[in-house]
Amino acid sequence: MTAPIPSAPVLSVRAMSKQFGGIRAVNNVSFDVHKGEILGLIGPNGSGKSTLFNCILGQLRPTSGHCEIAGRSTDGVRPADLSLMGVGRTFQQLSVFPRMTVLDNVILAGQEHEGTILTRLFGRPDAGLTDKAKQLIEFFRLTPYLQTEAGALSYGQQKLVDAAMAFMAGPQIVLLDEPAGGVNLTMLAHLKERLVTYNREHGTTFVVIEHNMEFVMSLCTRIIVLAQGEIIAEGRPEDIRANPLVIDAYLGG
Amino acid sequence: MTRLQMLFCALGLAGLIAAPLGQGNYIVYTMTSWLVFSISAMGLNLTLGYAGQVSLAQAGFMGVGAYVTALMTLAGVPWIAAAFVSISTSFVLGLLLGYPALRVQHHFLAFVTLAFNTLLFLVLRNEEEITGGSFGLVGMPRPNVLGLATDSNLSFYYFALVCFVVAAGVMWWILRSPWGRAFKALRENPIRAESLGLKIRRQTLLAFAIGSAFGGFAGALQTPQVQFIEPHSFALIHSLKLLLMVVVGGSGFFFGPMLGAAVVILLPEVLRFTEGYYLIIYATLVILLMVYSPGGLIGAGHKIRDRLMPRTEARRDMEKGFQL
Ligand SMILES: Nc1ncnc2c1ncn2[C@@H]1O[C@H](COP(=O)(O)OP(=O)(O)OP(=O)(O)O)[C@@H](O)[C@H]1O
Ligand SMILES: [Mg+2]
Repeated sequence: MTAPIPSAPVLSVRAMSKQFGGIRAVNNVSFDVHKGEILGLIGPNGSGKSTLFNCILGQLRPTSGHCEIAGRSTDGVRPADLSLMGVGRTFQQLSVFPRMTVLDNVILAGQEHEGTILTRLFGRPDAGLTDKAKQLIEFFRLTPYLQTEAGALSYGQQKLVDAAMAFMAGPQIVLLDEPAGGVNLTMLAHLKERLVTYNREHGTTFVVIEHNMEFVMSLCTRIIVLAQGEIIAEGRPEDIRANPLVIDAYLGG
Repeated sequence: MTRLQMLFCALGLAGLIAAPLGQGNYIVYTMTSWLVFSISAMGLNLTLGYAGQVSLAQAGFMGVGAYVTALMTLAGVPWIAAAFVSISTSFVLGLLLGYPALRVQHHFLAFVTLAFNTLLFLVLRNEEEITGGSFGLVGMPRPNVLGLATDSNLSFYYFALVCFVVAAGVMWWILRSPWGRAFKALRENPIRAESLGLKIRRQTLLAFAIGSAFGGFAGALQTPQVQFIEPHSFALIHSLKLLLMVVVGGSGFFFGPMLGAAVVILLPEVLRFTEGYYLIIYATLVILLMVYSPGGLIGAGHKIRDRLMPRTEARRDMEKGFQL
């Protein structure tokens, strides 16, 4: 009998670096994320967290290094194809479609994953996604705003629309850049619960950038700490909290 | 569509049916031109107003449609078949031009289409054996519809009206499908749209090719309307005129191009009494409109309505240029 082959990591980052002129925003970062993990990515402002995301997600071309999602290299893969490969994401900045209704925002987030380009022209106007979108919107407690233009919502509400969009296509891995920014405490607890539920029920893997320590510590199964573009610590939440390096660089301030 | 919108459309259609009755030949002819240019401008609106690309070849695509239809109908092919070929040719040409151009983002399509329109003009003028050169082509028959001739200007107006309604219906269908949502998303936040699986290049290319096909359809209609076509009717200046129609009416609004076409076609008539000052007045009006309302006349209408009956307002505090 042979030992079972360990499943390939959902996300694997190898020696990734990104340089902006003289600034090394990301410096030789390597890590793996396995199926079902909720990985936290923390670090001071400007430590390269968002840049790392954008290198992984095809928005920025890394200066060097390499990345694989579910065993497939993402070199030169465009963001749209990453989405179709089952990668969901949010941006640090708000990025909803302000002149479209909340419902249309969320439907859009799913429609490119349904059918073919022709069925999207000749099929139903909502690509059959209205019910699914409404459920998701209900979950984020946005139902009263179904037909409101997203640009007219408050910052926190738009943040929630943004998060809902990342889930719409049923991704296998979701990268969230500061999902909790500006979201109130009740909603925050709700958001955490949703992530955990999703994670448990669908085996969805998460990578979450967040400054809210309560949120990160209670949500994540593992945490990576970046400082000046380099990984300075990695481990379980309780170990990270106690790590003197981390306290020095970040938590202690 | 809401009830109210349906009612407005029905009223508008009734108006268009009644409008030419009792009018002189010249007015009916001008109204037919308006229908033809509205179809073309509608297509350009898809490219410009929805996909956010500048095409300077919409008149060129009309020329393609017009010449294809002229040559085929002169050879005895029924108009409907010729129109079909015109539309397909424009669509395919749009794909061929757009494919390389849209790989190099943005303004590049403007240059490629500019070159295409110029080149087309030269080809139409120089290939005398086929196109008749500067003398153009004459004597194209007007189509028969179900055995009814459309030789009178009034009957041809109704024929054009049917074509216009079909074109508007197709456009409406496209815009309410997931494609329409994708086009809007492209215009509002292409980076986010791409991260949600939308293939920006392909969707933009399709918008441009479909927009061009509408140009081809308009050209196919123009041939039997004027029954005389020559290269100058499809020169670059007319592409600019079509662009003006879209922008003046309100790019990105469904009824923008129709309104814009009406203004651009009728304003010269209205301003005729000013004689030499016509162009100056015209240009000033356009500049004023653009300064006050980049959304054109329909955008200005919305502005006024929002001021009188505020509903939602864009949140200025959260407007920003998108960055990663
Ligand atoms: N497009 C860019 N051009 C030049 N420098 C950049 C660019 N993007 C990021 N940087 C620099 O890279 C470094 C890391 O930025 P990044 O946005 O990744 O930080 P972050 O960890 O996400 O910070 P925050 O917690 O504030 O969001 C910063 O010093 C920033 O100035
Ligand atoms: Mg960041």
